[in-house]
Amino acid sequence: MADLTFVAMTVVTVGGAILALEADEIVYGAIALAGSFFGVAALFFLLNAPYVAVFQITVYIGAVAVLILFTVMLVRQESWAKEASPRSLTRLGGILTGLVMAVALGLAMAGSDLSKYNSLQNTMGFLEIGQLISTNFSIVLEVLALVLAASIVSALFLAKVEKEEKRQ
Amino acid sequence: MNTLADFVLVSAMLFAIGIYGLIVKRSALRMVFAVEIMINAANLNFVAFNQLLPKAANNIIGQTFVLFSIALAAGEAAVILAIVVVAYRLHKDTDVSELKTLKG
Repeated sequence: MADLTFVAMTVVTVGGAILALEADEIVYGAIALAGSFFGVAALFFLLNAPYVAVFQITVYIGAVAVLILFTVMLVRQESWAKEASPRSLTRLGGILTGLVMAVALGLAMAGSDLSKYNSLQNTMGFLEIGQLISTNFSIVLEVLALVLAASIVSALFLAKVEKEEKRQ
Repeated sequence: MNTLADFVLVSAMLFAIGIYGLIVKRSALRMVFAVEIMINAANLNFVAFNQLLPKAANNIIGQTFVLFSIALAAGEAAVILAIVVVAYRLHKDTDVSELKTLKG
């Protein structure tokens, strides 16, 4: 049986995700998304992965959620309320697709023996992660740094060109 | 005690919510939310299934993968949000069905 912390964090995660998509004010949606990220970080803690959990909190809540909040405020429209509500057919299709997906995955899981495995099998060490990143995955780390630099530069470039065009 | 099936079930629910958001929502920002939720579901799966690896020296390879995945998602979010800001400046709207400039 799942314990209380797990149930609480599941409610935070899934509820935050639903609220992020369905909140009337998109600012509240962005804040709910940060809550959902926090719930996932707590699930990482429960899975005995504290390094990933702290990484998730610093990068997702500290960088991505704040970036999203700033963007929401930059593109804020006077009337978010008239955000075109989807046609009921589209909404029905979306709900059906999501439900079918969830049920299919759940059935696949029910057929497996995943529920026999304890969630705390491996004990992990920070040392091993550091060794793995700096030896086997060192090239990946370098490429990742290049990709991050390129994405930041391209984001700046996108915003800058527009400004110059406006001035003309 | 939690079993692995619990975590994978949460991941499946998050993924289904993300699919729903991508299909139903037409606001670019909400679609970014949906994509981030789906990335989180995938990361949760990686860390959960990492527990099935045998106890060896490299039994944390799934967690290492998630570190790279989170960093990639951050770069991706930066570019998408810049595009949203530019689209808003050009069209005064973030509704993706109104952005037809690139349509052939």
